[in-house]
Amino acid sequence: MEDLLVIAVGAIFVNNIVLYWFLGLCPFFGVSKKTSTALGMGSAVIFVMTCASAITWPIYTYLLIPFNIEFMRTVTFILVIATFVQLIEMVMRKYQPHLYKALGIYLPLITTNCAIMGVALLNIEEGYSFIGSVVDGFASGIGFTLALLLMSGIRERLEFADVPRSFQDLPIAFISAALLALAFMAFSGMRL
Amino acid sequence: MKQLDELTKGVFKYNPIFYLVLGLCPLLAVSTRVDNALGMSLGVFFVLVSSNVIISLFRHWIPSQVRIPCFIVVIASFVTIVELFMHGYAPELHERLGIYLPLIVVNCIILGRAEAFASKKPVFDSFLDAIGMSIGFTLGIVGIALCREALSTGKIAIFGYTIIPTFTPSPSVMMLLPPGAFLTIGVIMALINYRSIRKEGR
Repeated sequence: MEDLLVIAVGAIFVNNIVLYWFLGLCPFFGVSKKTSTALGMGSAVIFVMTCASAITWPIYTYLLIPFNIEFMRTVTFILVIATFVQLIEMVMRKYQPHLYKALGIYLPLITTNCAIMGVALLNIEEGYSFIGSVVDGFASGIGFTLALLLMSGIRERLEFADVPRSFQDLPIAFISAALLALAFMAFSGMRL
Repeated sequence: MKQLDELTKGVFKYNPIFYLVLGLCPLLAVSTRVDNALGMSLGVFFVLVSSNVIISLFRHWIPSQVRIPCFIVVIASFVTIVELFMHGYAPELHERLGIYLPLIVVNCIILGRAEAFASKKPVFDSFLDAIGMSIGFTLGIVGIALCREALSTGKIAIFGYTIIPTFTPSPSVMMLLPPGAFLTIGVIMALINYRSIRKEGR
C-alpha cells in the first residue's frame, strides 16, 4: 500500500512526466493556450495512459519475456498503443458520444504522444508490478494534466502581458516552463 | 539546384527544431552533454534516412488508409536496429540515453517527414530531405548541448577529449537540470526571432 503511494506521489510531483522526464512536450506547448482545451487533453491522456500501462505490462511480462524477444518491445508497444487508441476512439464514438465529443479531437494526437510510450517503457525499466504500473500510469497522467493546467493558466495571463517582441509566443512559453520546472525541482527534496 | 534545395531547407529554412518545433522531447532530455547529443543525433540520422528511403520506395504499394501503422512499423524496426547496435558496440552510450533511445520511434520529426514528404516524393529527394532534416536536428541538439555543458560544468569535453578547458570555477548546476534545458531553448528561439525581426525591419 505504502509503495503505491510512493509511486503515485513520485510520478505526480517529484519525477513529473513533463517537467522532469521531458515527455509529452508537443501537446504541452501545443494545446496549452486555453485552460478548457488543456483540461480536455489532460483527461484524455490520463485515461489512455492508465489503460496503456495496464495493457503493455502483461504483454511484456507474459508474451515477450517467455519467448525471449524483449528486443521487440519498441515495435510491440507502439503498435499496441496505436491500435488501442484507435479502438477507444471507435468504442467511444459508438457508446459514449458525449465523451467522444469532448475528448475525440485529442485522441489521434495521443498516438504519437511520447508520454504514453515513455510511461510504458518506464514501468518496465523500473520493474514495477502490475498494480504498480497501473498506478504509475494513472499518476503520470495526473502529473501531465497538472503541468498542462498550470502552463495554460500562465499562458492565458501572458496574453495580456507586455512581452518583448522577440520573446512573444513560444520563447516566453519555454521560459515560463523553465520557471515551472524550477518550482517542481523543490519536490525532489521530498522523500517518502 | 532544386535537389540542393531539398537538402538545405531542413538545415536552415525549415529547421525541424527551431522552425517546425518538432522532436522536443529527446532534444531537451539528452542535451545535458555534447557526446550524448551526438549519440542521439546519430540514432536519429540513421532512423530518419533509412525510414524515409524505405517508405518512399514502397509509397505506391502502401494503401493510404493504413499508411500510419505501416510507417510506424518501418520506423520501429529501424529504431530496434539502432538500439541493438548501440547496446552491442557502445553500451555506455546506450545506458546514458536510456529510454530516450526507444523513444526515437515517437519522435515527431520522423513520422512527420514520412507523412509529409517521403510518402509523396521520389526516393532520391526523400533521401536528401532526410539528410537535411537530420543535419538540422543535429545542429539544434548539439548547439543546445554546447550551451548547457559549458554553463553547467564550466568546460566542454567530448568523448574524454577536452575541447574547451575550464573557464569558470563556479559553474551553474541548474543548467544541467530540467529548468536549464527550457531556459536555453527559450533564449535561443528568442535570439532567432530577434534576428528575423531585425531583417524584416531593414
